[in-house]
Amino acid sequence: MSESGHVLPLRVYFAVFTALLAGTALTTWVATHDLGPWNDLVALSIAGTKATLVILYFMHVRYASRLIWIFSLAGFLWLMLFFVLILADYQTRVPVPGWAG
Amino acid sequence: MSETRAVLAHHFESLEQQNEAAAIGMWAFLVQEVMFFGGLFTTYLVYRVLHPGAFAEGSAHLPVALGTANTAVLIGSSLTMALGVRAAQLGRGRQCALFLAATIVLAFAFLGVKGVEYAEKWEHGLIPGVRWSPEAGADARLNLFFALYFVMTGCHALHMLVGIVLMAIVAGRAWGGRYSRANFLGVECLGLYWHFVDLVWIFLFPLLYLLHGHRGGHS
Repeated sequence: MSESGHVLPLRVYFAVFTALLAGTALTTWVATHDLGPWNDLVALSIAGTKATLVILYFMHVRYASRLIWIFSLAGFLWLMLFFVLILADYQTRVPVPGWAG
Repeated sequence: MSETRAVLAHHFESLEQQNEAAAIGMWAFLVQEVMFFGGLFTTYLVYRVLHPGAFAEGSAHLPVALGTANTAVLIGSSLTMALGVRAAQLGRGRQCALFLAATIVLAFAFLGVKGVEYAEKWEHGLIPGVRWSPEAGADARLNLFFALYFVMTGCHALHMLVGIVLMAIVAGRAWGGRYSRANFLGVECLGLYWHFVDLVWIFLFPLLYLLHGHRGGHS
């Protein structure tokens, strides 16, 4: 690593930018089709891919130390844990007779 | 090397270590921000699971074209920010300042479009607790969708305003030659913050604008 860190060539930034725009167009286009429950999955997959590109290249994580990898993954993992446990609660609730909840 | 010595704090062994410490500090802050927005996304998740119809109906009220255009504008601002950081890495202070100025312009464009959307919601009486008069036959839980819409996009817009102020300060410093190849941490951390703001919108856009409801020709 030099004094100024890892300087990426310009074409990397423009390639990522183009991919992000393409992803945006794709997600808007896909939403015009009725895929049932798959709409959400496709939309979130595209958003996840776009986010990964931003994190790896714009935020330079691909070229960063292991410690930064751990930090950037920690937020994501905690969030997933949060979602899973919350849904494990709400998705398994059964109506209690006589309880207006 | 004298340049290196001038910016290296005495409690760090090397410039590399100093830069890494700052980057990790910034990432710790961003993880905290993930938790902050995570609470909102979790609220969205639970209410959407409980009331899918209200969310589809609410989403149909949002202008997909404006949302898509705004997403492109914000991605563009992330590009100019990344190029600004790159200019700083190369010690080109004035170029960095110009890229940050371009980022500020794009940020205002985004907020302007957001303002147009908010004004439209005001006109149609779709602001829960402030001006709420949905058309007859609307889902009884429609207010849940719009409450989340305003809180989530509002918190996002607030983060953008903070970013604009910080960009103005950092751009001024970059123009004045405050940063160098050895010390561009201010720009680097600002870049991380701005890309995070972009990340939040990358998820907000499909979750708010692109639910099933908008099929059928609503602009």
